[in-house]
Amino acid sequence: MTTSRAIRFLLAHQPIELIGVSPNLTVLQFLRAHQHLTGSKEGCASGDCGACSVVVAQLQNEQLVYQTINACIAFVGSLHGKQLITVEHLKQSNKLHDVQQALVDNHGSQCGFCTPGFVMSSFALSKKHPEPNREQVLEALAGNLCRCTGYRSIVDACMTPCGADEFDARQAQTIAALKAIDNAAALDDGMCRYYAPRSVKALADYLLKHPQARLLAGGTDLGLEVTQQLATLAHLVSLNDVAELKTVEEAKTAIHIGAAARYCDFTELLGKHYPELGAMIERIGSLQIRNAGTLGGNIGNASPIGDMPPPLIALGAELTLQQGENKRTMAVEDFYHDYKVTDLKPGEFIASVSLPKLKASQFLKVYKISKRIDDDISAVLAAIFIELDGDKINAVRIAFGGMAAIPKRALQCEQALAGKCLNQQTVNEAKVALEQDFSPMSDVRASAAYRMLVAQNLLQKCFIELTQPQIETSVVTYA
Amino acid sequence: MRKLTDVSEQLPNSKVVGAAGQSRRHESGHKHVSGEAVYIADRPDALNQLHCAVGQSQHAHAKVLSMDLSAVHSAEGVVAVITAEGVPGHVDIGPVFPGDPVLVQDIAEYLGQPLFAVAATSHELARKAVKLAKVEYEVLAPVLCVKQGLKQQHFVRPPLTMRRGDSAKALAQAKHRLKGELMVGGQEHFYLEGQVCAVEPQEDGGMLVYTSSQHPSEVQKLVAEVLGLPFNLVVVDTRRMGGGFGGKETQAAPWACICALLANVCNRPVRMRLSRSDDMTMTGKRHPFYNRYEVGFDQAGLIQGIEIEVNGDCGYSPDLSDAIVDRAMFHSDNAYYLGNATVTGNRVKTNTVSHTAFRGFGGPQGMMIIEKVMDDIARFLGKDPLEVRIANLYGGPGRDVTHYHQQVEHDQLGTIINKLVVDADYHQRREAVVAFNQNSAVLKKGIALTPVKFGISFTVQHLNQAGALIQVYTDGTILLNHGGTEMGQGLFTKVAQIVAAEFQVDIDTIAVSATRTDKVPNTSPTAASSGTDLNGKAAQAAAKIIKTRLIDFAAEHFEVGAEDIRFENSHVLIGKKELSFAELVQLAYLNRVSLSATGFYKTPKIHFDRQTGKGRPFFYFANGAAVSEVIVDTLTGEYKLLRTDILHDVGASLNPALDIGQIEGAFVQGMGWLTTEELQWNERGQLLSHNPATYKIPAVSDVPAEFHVQLLPDEPNREHTVYHSKAVGEPPFMLGISVWSALRDAISSVSGYRANPPLDTPATPERVLWAVAQSLEQQQ
Repeated sequence: MTTSRAIRFLLAHQPIELIGVSPNLTVLQFLRAHQHLTGSKEGCASGDCGACSVVVAQLQNEQLVYQTINACIAFVGSLHGKQLITVEHLKQSNKLHDVQQALVDNHGSQCGFCTPGFVMSSFALSKKHPEPNREQVLEALAGNLCRCTGYRSIVDACMTPCGADEFDARQAQTIAALKAIDNAAALDDGMCRYYAPRSVKALADYLLKHPQARLLAGGTDLGLEVTQQLATLAHLVSLNDVAELKTVEEAKTAIHIGAAARYCDFTELLGKHYPELGAMIERIGSLQIRNAGTLGGNIGNASPIGDMPPPLIALGAELTLQQGENKRTMAVEDFYHDYKVTDLKPGEFIASVSLPKLKASQFLKVYKISKRIDDDISAVLAAIFIELDGDKINAVRIAFGGMAAIPKRALQCEQALAGKCLNQQTVNEAKVALEQDFSPMSDVRASAAYRMLVAQNLLQKCFIELTQPQIETSVVTYA
Repeated sequence: MRKLTDVSEQLPNSKVVGAAGQSRRHESGHKHVSGEAVYIADRPDALNQLHCAVGQSQHAHAKVLSMDLSAVHSAEGVVAVITAEGVPGHVDIGPVFPGDPVLVQDIAEYLGQPLFAVAATSHELARKAVKLAKVEYEVLAPVLCVKQGLKQQHFVRPPLTMRRGDSAKALAQAKHRLKGELMVGGQEHFYLEGQVCAVEPQEDGGMLVYTSSQHPSEVQKLVAEVLGLPFNLVVVDTRRMGGGFGGKETQAAPWACICALLANVCNRPVRMRLSRSDDMTMTGKRHPFYNRYEVGFDQAGLIQGIEIEVNGDCGYSPDLSDAIVDRAMFHSDNAYYLGNATVTGNRVKTNTVSHTAFRGFGGPQGMMIIEKVMDDIARFLGKDPLEVRIANLYGGPGRDVTHYHQQVEHDQLGTIINKLVVDADYHQRREAVVAFNQNSAVLKKGIALTPVKFGISFTVQHLNQAGALIQVYTDGTILLNHGGTEMGQGLFTKVAQIVAAEFQVDIDTIAVSATRTDKVPNTSPTAASSGTDLNGKAAQAAAKIIKTRLIDFAAEHFEVGAEDIRFENSHVLIGKKELSFAELVQLAYLNRVSLSATGFYKTPKIHFDRQTGKGRPFFYFANGAAVSEVIVDTLTGEYKLLRTDILHDVGASLNPALDIGQIEGAFVQGMGWLTTEELQWNERGQLLSHNPATYKIPAVSDVPAEFHVQLLPDEPNREHTVYHSKAVGEPPFMLGISVWSALRDAISSVSGYRANPPLDTPATPERVLWAVAQSLEQQQ
């Protein structure tokens, strides 16, 4: 392995090289403590409030793509080969950036503590949509909490059209500078190590040698071990620079997604084939989280309340796992053994996920139940795959999140439905069967009784939607 | 003394930039957006800087038998460790009544209570070190439920009753009677900037304290007391807070005291910021309440008599709970004449963190019970709840006295509701909602209009005072200080606007600076919506003093009458002469005229006798009303707010843009309190909702797509407030009740508006679904 043990990136237009710093150093700590750039704030250190939002620009298809991330839970290694832009970089020659001026003009700040985060979300939005509509603004701001304004003034500000800026003017230089960074990222401070291989082979070899290394695939959950539990992650290997693991491909009968593909990379394609899944993904975390979090990370993390496994299980999706040069495939469903226990062997990693496409007679229904519509962890997530022949249920697979220690199929419930006519009586039997499948727990998000009742009612809702599509059933989409 | 120039209290129609009455941007707006506004955690480290963290009790109620802190002492980076034994002065830092030890002395009374504190060379090392303590406890039985505490009469302060007329007799004679109860959840402040302070030792053993506090004078007092110092050796500085909402009224002080103790031991600067989880665990919240009522009313829905009991869950200590439960009692009428009323307030002690001030200060929790009563009466009689609300409003002879015997004057609610009903198209929309519900099997809509009448003044009389300091420099620029603190509400902007209006100078020539105890002493907390009323008047008084001196000087110097001197458009007209403001100031300086002054203000008219429960606790009332429309999923309990219309009375607005910002923000915060913001403790008394992943404040999509906020036009405050404006910080918070009432309306539709199941708050999707289920059951 040959690396120069360095992280290289641009801080706005200034090249930065980090050597010997802790791989557990977050981007926010780097900014505030090392660079004394204190505009980005720590509101929660868990990726939930957005006060630390910064923009990372990276090359995609020869273009710079500007995206927000939560600096509080991103490790500095994730910046390698990218441009980091913070609130301090927007004001040029003593003139506020258009997005900043719009917030002032619309009275969009009160205490001002969340404001830098909103500025950066608005900045990234302006790069994607110079004249955004309300829906685009809401998506961009869903991960930024404000406790003072009630948001109306901020939304108005973010809808203000925006002109070209310094970053547009210097794009060619930025692209050239980023292209010049071509080493694999590595850090070692004597206590902790970080390595981001750039090929699957390098990753596989490294993991064989270092099976104890923690896989970092987005880090939107792993980062919290450092910031919340105060853990030290001694050895990290990142999947995020392995181009082969970031692919999103549509084949004839399936969709193949690399484990390191981020939500923002695959939401559109999945939304095209499974509209309800696409809509649900837009409610996973926030844009900042979906710009960092990966499909492999969500699966490998094995949380009972991860939102991707239930629809993957319902679809009958398959994982490709790799250990050294050996590959094996398995159903997502079989990957989970117990709470946070998976089939992953030492030195093995998730390489990709394959989702079968739907036929005309097949439906994927997805329901996410949470206290808050945006950026909230599910109390219950239901995914129902159903194949109908007229009103006969040819095939059905139902999986739930939040109902057991792992994302789990509702086999008794499926049995009550499979081969039957889709009618109220069948649905009633399926509801009763659900009580044999699950004994959910009570926790901070919901009581066991609510989880069960909602799970049963979601079967009812699915039934209504399939058989009486004229009835409106969703407050989330009601406008 | 010569006569003052006539300073009209009408808002000046001024040409100067940023004078009172204009929609001026927040004084720090341009610095907020550029990241240049400095919060305490942004301050560079001082030389030899240390960082503090505290070790917490692991039990809700326990005798601390021993603390082995040897591993903490020897942990990497640790410089000092302190326990209650090492406190040279007062250990108890209770703000009004004793009960809040700065560090536990013997008995821990909530899970998370600070036991000891560490100073280490970094924030991270301090946090890691405190986890190494070995503490032995003798676990005692905790009281974790307000109902249990009430049953045991386990109180932090004695109960109080307010009485008018004979409620028992009125209930007995009433045609209809209803009883009900309501659990009203608490609320985490969730200021985006957590608790933070930085303390630097000074000469003579003094301390300079930077703190994110709504009450610098209290921090000064408590830091001095824990160190055994005279107050004049402690200076407290608060430039701005990243949000307060009441959560930094008393809750900022402990951390400053602990840092000061460590700074004293080490003779090094010590700073501290609480992680979000520690902040949520160790600082008080809005009081949860358990409220009960019994009401008697006639066929029209008019209340004849009522008995209300409000029970505040105060947590382990009194803190401000006496006044908070008082305010809940004062507002248990909201906007309605109660007739014969008995209102009792209990202050229940539980083994949780000590609950504290939060926007509305108990008022919202008191209002909830009477708004439930309105809905309950309406459903019982089969009426539109708005009809019952309007019928019961204060007004008319014999119907204008509260249960605490204050006359309700200048009530705007009739005007407000009439206008809002039209502007928001209430009646047509109610019909449309009913029609929608008849044709919609799964989704149901609800609509509600709720009013707010909120009393303005601290109910503790002596707090209704303020001071200001104005200094005019020889280039004509002005430096403004006052006792109020800036937490985002725009206080510094409004007070500067008032000074700009007084001197008729552009606001850009007025610098606002940190609130400091060495500039303006003995200040009250910035709380109770009073910031502008009090400090604006004090600053105006200071400005008038300097202006009088300038006029006196100019009259004498230029030999004109004082009545011929006018301040206008950054200039001073002196007879036929015209000088720029700066020129006059320079001339005055050369002629040895003092160019700085302090101003003082105390609120007139107010008094209240807690013994008799009678008086005039409030200088005036602020009014407003909101119409909200929601849609509910009867299969999951999920819901969405579709539209809100608000009409709110701020008197003559000092800054319409800032006032609208306060109203919008308060409404959304109130909505969050009643909907998604759920505090949960487990059976050990451990707070489970201790981070934003588990505690959900409103996000951007929770705000209705249609959100119309209007200020009541052409209604200056009839009381003599600064430019006849009205306080705006807290009152609109309670407009959020319209969302809760609209949810109840939607739920009630499931039974054809016959059933009216209770809906405790927060009305999470889960609670809504249970209420839907009950509504269906009651129908069958």
